[in-house]
Amino acid sequence: MEQPLLMMENISKSFNGITVLDSVSFSVKKGEVHALMGGNGAGKSTLMKILTGVYSADQGDIFIDGKKVEIHNTDDARNNYISMIFQEFSLIPSLTVAQNIFLTRESKTSLGLLNDKQCIEETEKLLEELDVDIHPNDIVGNLGVGYWQMTEIAKALSQETKILVMDEPTSSLTQKETEILFSFIQRLKNKGYAIIYISHRMEEIFEICDRITVLRDGKFVATEECRNTDLDTVIQHIVGRDSNKAFEWKERPYSTDVTPVLEVKNLQAGSKVKDVSFKVFPGEILGIAGLMGSGRSETARAIFGIDAKEGGEILINGEQKTIKTAPDAIDAGLALIPEDRRMQGLILEHSVKENIILPILSKLKKGPVLDEAKANEMASHFVEKLRIKTDDIFKTSRLLSGGNQQKIVLAKWLANNPEILILDEPTIGVDIGAKTEIIDVIRELADSGKAIVVISSEFPELMALSDRVIAMHNGQVVKELRRTEIHSEEELQHAIQGN
Amino acid sequence: MPSKEINAPGQVAFGKSKPRPVQKLDWRNYIVYFAFIGVLIYFSISLFDDGFVSTDNLLNIARQTAMISIMGVAMTFVISTGEIDLSVGSTTALASLTAALAIQSGFGMLGGLVAGLGTGLIVGLINGLLITRFVIPSFLVTLGMMGIVKGMAMWVTDTAPVPIINSAFNFLFGSGDIGSVPILLVWTLLATVAAHILLRKTSFGRQTLATGGNESAARFSGVKTHRIKLMVFLGTGLAAGFAGILYAGRMHAGRYTFGDGDELSVIAAVILGGTSLFGGVGTVIGTLIGSLMIGTINNGLIIMGLDVSQQMMIKGLIIILAVAFGKKAMKN
Repeated sequence: MEQPLLMMENISKSFNGITVLDSVSFSVKKGEVHALMGGNGAGKSTLMKILTGVYSADQGDIFIDGKKVEIHNTDDARNNYISMIFQEFSLIPSLTVAQNIFLTRESKTSLGLLNDKQCIEETEKLLEELDVDIHPNDIVGNLGVGYWQMTEIAKALSQETKILVMDEPTSSLTQKETEILFSFIQRLKNKGYAIIYISHRMEEIFEICDRITVLRDGKFVATEECRNTDLDTVIQHIVGRDSNKAFEWKERPYSTDVTPVLEVKNLQAGSKVKDVSFKVFPGEILGIAGLMGSGRSETARAIFGIDAKEGGEILINGEQKTIKTAPDAIDAGLALIPEDRRMQGLILEHSVKENIILPILSKLKKGPVLDEAKANEMASHFVEKLRIKTDDIFKTSRLLSGGNQQKIVLAKWLANNPEILILDEPTIGVDIGAKTEIIDVIRELADSGKAIVVISSEFPELMALSDRVIAMHNGQVVKELRRTEIHSEEELQHAIQGN
Repeated sequence: MPSKEINAPGQVAFGKSKPRPVQKLDWRNYIVYFAFIGVLIYFSISLFDDGFVSTDNLLNIARQTAMISIMGVAMTFVISTGEIDLSVGSTTALASLTAALAIQSGFGMLGGLVAGLGTGLIVGLINGLLITRFVIPSFLVTLGMMGIVKGMAMWVTDTAPVPIINSAFNFLFGSGDIGSVPILLVWTLLATVAAHILLRKTSFGRQTLATGGNESAARFSGVKTHRIKLMVFLGTGLAAGFAGILYAGRMHAGRYTFGDGDELSVIAAVILGGTSLFGGVGTVIGTLIGSLMIGTINNGLIIMGLDVSQQMMIKGLIIILAVAFGKKAMKN
């Protein structure tokens, strides 16, 4: 049998007496794409942090090419040709692309000073090979999140690498970009790189990976050949029970003869939103599909008054509304759950309760002071309703998993009892269990009569949720489809290409 | 390494649809330069008859701002990492005294230099270790240190000044002129050039900005952020020690009142210069200009005949306006 390039044997790790990894073994062969799966808290990230030297294992050994290696810090990992593309990006927003890619590895002149010219040239070459249309001198903070990902990959590949760890590499990419990434991964594979691929997206795993290893609660569950297994088996491994049918779409009754709750007419804003019109009816879930840069998120931002509108009308319950700021939007009964929840949706250092009650503080007053009892009750109500997994409502939000953080953001806006909810990538980066729960919650909300707009680059999610889908391309609505007219994801993919 | 074949025909490049905005000259990065020129022009016209534009007066401004500038260029590094050092003023006082005491005890000019710089380095080391090893916010560490060091400066000679009778020391570190160029100006320029190269052209400088830009990302990228922080606090310590030596050389004495309130002028100069108080963005040249601007305003107000209370109010107002203006410009 072929010797695996990387073997991790009986790795254990605990934090403050809590076992996070319990004797986990894992191996990757040369030229293999190996998926590492598991729900949040399964131990994937910890295992990879041990591999990349961020943490040290309490027990267990790591072998590369059959030779035992010691990895105690990120330098050790690098010296063993291990590179990681982090989910929480490892880029410095205030530096340029080139400065980021060569950070700590800058070429020097004979005087020992930084040779920026050479770094820029090398970056240019690298970006050209990767076919990424950014400039080495662009400040990373000014680039969109999809470009961050590409910068990140360029950074990993700019140094000699044998083992490449990708943590949710497609979570911020659209379908097209994902395809390009996959053809790229295919080539890396052919070149003999060993790739460890962490993702919650099943179809991706089956498309790109050779083997799948599943962890659950810090323990090894199974390693399976992709071609010998199927979706249900893997989901069963992950959740430890049969998968529910959350991704199955059910026709939901609602009326389109009434006045739409939200009507957008010829909206124009900035360079990304050129002419957007749509209606949403009470109890309806409207999906917005589109590539990155198609103006999906920007449309939401403009409606909500974050970006200035340059033209068009917003009608709420048939009445024209002027929405210039986010408070205007909230007053009009709108809620926007933004794409980047950590940056825009949550105050991570505050407790679950403080986050939930933030938008309704003025309604929770008892005289001049906050009615703590009512606030606690409110927070507890939503923790229960949305099944937020937390010890109590006073726990710091940062300590919760991604799925539960997303639920806090949801709760935060539901507390205000909005009529119209706009959700931008509601399940991005959360595990399959939390994803299905969030989908359920969104359906319940629609059933209770709210109008819902879901922006998503995940087609299964759009297909599962939407009663109607509009496709955006270059700042315009190019197609509108009733869910019953959509028979496969391919049709949606064609729609968002704008032809 | 990735191959060229990645450009398979028919593939769409990432984001090719999005044209990259043309990099335009960002004038707001240079706002302090315009402000400085504005202040210079205003005083040159309004105070022309009072001799504001005379070479003597301009060189005097250079002398008066040297210590703030030198501490400012070091503080630029600290603020670029997202930290702050409030102890520089006190350190200046203590260093002036240890330098003077060393010279008085017969260790000569070199002894004075070693004592002054050593004092600064020790304070910087303690600051840096407390901040990185015990993870105490730098604001608190250096606030505490400000009091401790000031107290030591008062205690070491029981508040008595220590005269320095070493003409070489006094010439070289404060009072001398080379031709008509004040030696303080020479030190200022040397410090600025060295710090500018360090921040812009060395991996240490790059890692300093990275640490302030996103500390955890920097750590993941292999930057030893704690070491960087320790180094930048050694830097402000060293600069404060040197500023103490310059005060001593200029006044021919060590005295516990030197550097009183300098920490605020230094921080103001750094922020006015365009370094971000949140870290990640720093400019040494901007700091120098910021420091010169504050010095020029002080000087102009004195010539105008305003008393100290009025000077303080106007200086404060100008600093707030300049920073607010810069912030507003940044939003647009």
